[in-house]
Amino acid sequence: MIAILDYGSGNLRSAERAFALTGHEVLVTSDPQMCAQADGLVVPGVGAFSACMQQLLEISGEDIIAARVQAKKPIFGICVGMQILFTHGLEKDGANGLGIFAGEVSQIAAPILPHIGWNTVRPDSESRLFHGVEESAFYFVHSYAAKNAVPESFNTYCNYGEDFLAAVEHENIVATQFHPEKSGAAGARLIRNWTETL
Amino acid sequence: MTLAKRIIPCLDVSGGRVVKGVNFVNLVDAGDPVELAQRYGEEGADELTFLDISASVEDRKTTIDIVRKTAEQVFIPLTVGGGIRSVDDVNVLLRNGADKISINTAAIARPQLINEIADRFGNQVLVLSVDARRGRTPSGFEVTTHGGRQGTELDALAWIEDAIERGVGEILLNSMDADGTRAGYDLEMIRTVRAIASVPIIASGGAGAIEDFASALGAGADALLAASIFHFGIHRISDVKRFLAQQGYQVRQ
Repeated sequence: MIAILDYGSGNLRSAERAFALTGHEVLVTSDPQMCAQADGLVVPGVGAFSACMQQLLEISGEDIIAARVQAKKPIFGICVGMQILFTHGLEKDGANGLGIFAGEVSQIAAPILPHIGWNTVRPDSESRLFHGVEESAFYFVHSYAAKNAVPESFNTYCNYGEDFLAAVEHENIVATQFHPEKSGAAGARLIRNWTETL
Repeated sequence: MTLAKRIIPCLDVSGGRVVKGVNFVNLVDAGDPVELAQRYGEEGADELTFLDISASVEDRKTTIDIVRKTAEQVFIPLTVGGGIRSVDDVNVLLRNGADKISINTAAIARPQLINEIADRFGNQVLVLSVDARRGRTPSGFEVTTHGGRQGTELDALAWIEDAIERGVGEILLNSMDADGTRAGYDLEMIRTVRAIASVPIIASGGAGAIEDFASALGAGADALLAASIFHFGIHRISDVKRFLAQQGYQVRQ
């Protein structure tokens, strides 16, 4: 079973359906027990970094995620769900993240923001997540991103004005700045690459 | 490697059907929204926009149902506009599968609505739809309401600058002079807005010949929206993208 962490508003329906297409049972939930038991936990996130962190803390989501990290159980962070894994986010007044990865989430240096639309990425040559979709475009919608590589990980970059992290694969954690659930056939393949490891 | 220019079919929805007219009048039936959305997804649409042009509460429920069904089947971004007046309206649509929402009249009536939506959901969720035409305002472009039938004396450039400051993440720039004419996008309007807008611009209104798409990108549009020429099969999305690629524009194939 795959749990999608429900900690506030936003479009969870597409994520639910996209992960269900892999044949796995999918549950949208904020129940700690279900989240702990799940084969995989998806951490979505839309909106501002600080607002997402606040909503996450309201359901004690930081404990849910920390417990899975400790138990080395798979986690998939999407968009702001990736960003909050880092130490700190600079959006609006700034806020601390979960600090699972060291680093800051800062605004992208580009003349037109948000970065909205389909962009290609440069997957790490050993990436499992991007297997078969190395050349594909994925759907991004954000103004902030992590810029520095996460050590001992497969780091995948995107360029828009500057290089930033499009995805990280670190032990049992994967995270994408783009939305695989909105990235058509390429996104579906990427999701399947992950669920096949569960 | 650069960000691809987006092609966005727009589905005007009323009474559970896709409709299309010239300058928002003379509406004719253009098909089932979920079926059309699926077809466009398969043909390579980069996003879909639903514009709810229905008047009644009952019709609005139908539209939410359409959004929900589409989001379950088509895995590309979905923008929904029409009749959105509150943060609650936005929440209902996002919960039912919309990724972005566009606002127009309600934001003109109460600009603070932009701040409220952006604060709660982020500015990347919010598209400001501007129906503009030539008029006697400082920039020469005036904002209209009611599908271009009513002037507001609001200057389009001043309004767009204000809205970006308040937190909209994209501008859907609909030329009421060009809408439905198939005589080409309003290049002058696109250039004028591009010069002051720090957010992406979706050009809308006037697409006819396949060359029109390239011209609008040349004028500074980041994305191109069209309705009738796709609904009535005048151009296929894949043909438009192939043409743009030949012209040297980055598109998602």
